[in-house]
Amino acid sequence: MKAWGLLAVIIASTVTADLLQSHEMKRHGEIQDFRLSGLRRVLAVLAGKRNLILAVTCMAISFFAFMALVQIADLSFAVPASAGSLVIETVLARLLLKEHVDLRRWIGAALVAGGVWLLAL
Amino acid sequence: MNPRLRWKTQAFAAIVILSNAFGNLSLTWGLRNGVGELTSPLSFLRAIFSPWVSLGICLLITWMLSRMFLLSWADLSYVLPVTAFGYVLNAVLGRVFLGEQVTPARWAGTLLIMAGVVLVGLGNPKTGDST
Repeated sequence: MKAWGLLAVIIASTVTADLLQSHEMKRHGEIQDFRLSGLRRVLAVLAGKRNLILAVTCMAISFFAFMALVQIADLSFAVPASAGSLVIETVLARLLLKEHVDLRRWIGAALVAGGVWLLAL
Repeated sequence: MNPRLRWKTQAFAAIVILSNAFGNLSLTWGLRNGVGELTSPLSFLRAIFSPWVSLGICLLITWMLSRMFLLSWADLSYVLPVTAFGYVLNAVLGRVFLGEQVTPARWAGTLLIMAGVVLVGLGNPKTGDST
């Protein structure tokens, strides 16, 4: 029961973090300079974005819940089960981020979700 | 699709998958060996500074940053299924290093995930403005 509660916390915080992160990174634009100085500049800019700070906070919540989960459940259960967020996120990427999710992506996401469900059995 | 973008996307997807899988392995190994039960904030802090857990956290920070960079040009609905190959790798690492049981259902799940990853991976990572 405790494992399922932790799983719910992980999924909710992961969905929130991913949506905020994707939204803010698209607003920032494609990162093209991968030299050390360029990366430092990018990280300095990103560190001031409120949505990213919120996203990292959600990821931290997810991380601590994950730490507690792997102490009481198999890694090969915890990781795929926490990916139950995949379908919710694909739907929200379409609705909130206005991404164009074509048939190929829907089928791919459904196959992955089915696979994740089998891994969690 | 632009070959540079495809190459960059594949390289970052590989970093995301590997850093996540090995980060989780290192974290789990550390948490199950000599850290004790996580019952208080102090026990969490003690766990974080143990060597294997620290290594796991460094790898997971690499995962978080590389994924953030990948999301600066690739759609979330592309990144999610493609990097889901990491779940397969996690199952394999759990079996090999942690002695966990991988049932036929889990192997079937692995095949389904790989099929989904290949299907989505063949498409374009960016389909248009999505802000």
